[in-house]
Amino acid sequence: MKVLVTVKRVIDSNVKARVKPDQTGVDLANVKMSMNPFDEIAAEEAVRMKEKGLATEVVAVSIGPAQAQETIRTALAMGADRGILIQVDGEPPEPLAVAKLLKAVVGEESPNLVLMGKQAIDGDNNATGQMLAALLEWPQATFASQITLNGDKASVIREVDGGLQTLEVDLPAVITADLRLNEPRYASLPNIMKAKKKEIAVKSAADYGVDIAPRLKVVKVSEPAKRQAGIKVESAADLVMKLKNEAGVL
Amino acid sequence: MAVLVIADHHDGLLRDTTHKTVTAAKTLGEIDILVAGKGVDGAAAQAAKIDGIRKVLTADSDALGNGLAEAYEALVVGLMGGYDAVLTPSTSMGKNFSPRIAAKLDVAQISDVVEVVDANTFVRPIYAGNALETVQSSDAKKVITVRPTVFKAAGEGGSAPIEKIDASAAAAHTRFVSEEMVKSDRPELGAAKIVVSGGRAMGSAEEFQRVIEPLADLLGAAVGASRAAVDAGYAPNDYQVGQTGKVVAPAAYIAIGISGAIQHLAGMKDSKVIVAINKDADAPIFQVADYGLVADYKTAIPELMDALKAAGK
Repeated sequence: MKVLVTVKRVIDSNVKARVKPDQTGVDLANVKMSMNPFDEIAAEEAVRMKEKGLATEVVAVSIGPAQAQETIRTALAMGADRGILIQVDGEPPEPLAVAKLLKAVVGEESPNLVLMGKQAIDGDNNATGQMLAALLEWPQATFASQITLNGDKASVIREVDGGLQTLEVDLPAVITADLRLNEPRYASLPNIMKAKKKEIAVKSAADYGVDIAPRLKVVKVSEPAKRQAGIKVESAADLVMKLKNEAGVL
Repeated sequence: MAVLVIADHHDGLLRDTTHKTVTAAKTLGEIDILVAGKGVDGAAAQAAKIDGIRKVLTADSDALGNGLAEAYEALVVGLMGGYDAVLTPSTSMGKNFSPRIAAKLDVAQISDVVEVVDANTFVRPIYAGNALETVQSSDAKKVITVRPTVFKAAGEGGSAPIEKIDASAAAAHTRFVSEEMVKSDRPELGAAKIVVSGGRAMGSAEEFQRVIEPLADLLGAAVGASRAAVDAGYAPNDYQVGQTGKVVAPAAYIAIGISGAIQHLAGMKDSKVIVAINKDADAPIFQVADYGLVADYKTAIPELMDALKAAGK
């Protein structure tokens, strides 16, 4: 079974995003970039499938600038077998364009499973996996916290509002990872060295004949209104008095 | 312009996220509401009472009742000939099916909208709420998910006609197996007037239950948790408040032993009043709290409960 895993290069989750003074976007110059944390979970899951003998090959795909090769290398160091970079310079393509590019990759690679993060922590769209599943006419299981493969089916426990839902999907399918699916490993030094020798094919959007022109025009990117810090109270009794008499919430 | 709002409902009851999404939709055109699921008549009757609704559509099937994205996609895409926009509350269910509709219509999805500027221009949070992006759509049809907490609920007093529509669309390759919902007598996290949340400082699931839950019950509040507390196993995953968990905006949010990581703040900073109790005076949570109490929760919470009881709670 072949697994395709998608990995996006985004601002490191420990770095605070800062809006550019001219409001054209978020300042990414000289900012630490890393693999999208949800994609890291997806990559970990794919590698575990290979280690258990359930997957025969794990292919990591990224769409982004030349530096996204580093993100693919991270996936290769975790245990993916090879990589594909669809190089897109400038603004990252929107989820719909990404889904179309991935559909084309799926057409060439014929994986049995596409594993993705449920959302990227830059655009926070939470859309690409669902869009890819729709374009492929494949079943989907989003927000996965547990995946069990049974032959040509997958049983997936999903995190939904109010609890958990279990679905069974026929493969091929698209599954998106939620936070509690697993804890991604740190790649070991020998594996990082080994990853340097693994193959990364570099392609362009044009190679797949996909139009990636944006559908949304970004008018501006602004900072949210700052909430003013309030007061410190001296005691629990003081707090209750203020909540009752001043804030009127009790 | 005609606009379709997809209702959020549970156990035969319409959720007020639907009313809030109607408010977001108002500037876009005449509104129809689709109530899809299994056994939807009660929720449809409630939807018909919302002010300013043209009509309510109902679609009833097992696949819809189980929330299967493929069934919702087929149903809504089939209706979109008659609409210029479809708006869905960004619940876990809405997030699950709405992007499929956008992909099938070959349009962008505008996710998690917090402000409708005009019929083509929308504001949405990016980077865990650290930035707000204003986008203009050039697509002929708009597919939008709405962050309900920031919109006021539309009023009631209408009496829109209810029309049953075909709901035969199924999901051929997906089967519902089971659902395990957390049962609780407390109000739902997303709809509660008061939320009491606990953080990593609780140190164990037993301590979380011992400290947070009685206080929540005394206040008639919902229980929330930080991601750190959920990841550590102190609280179930559906308690998580934050950018990647639930986004809440109650009248009062009481954070206990929560440091205030960016991603947690993104999930609660629109609350009307924020209370923080933390023994670390430098915790970032105090920068957004209206009322901060620098104290160890171990002594502060019993005192708080006593003071609340003395105040008639």
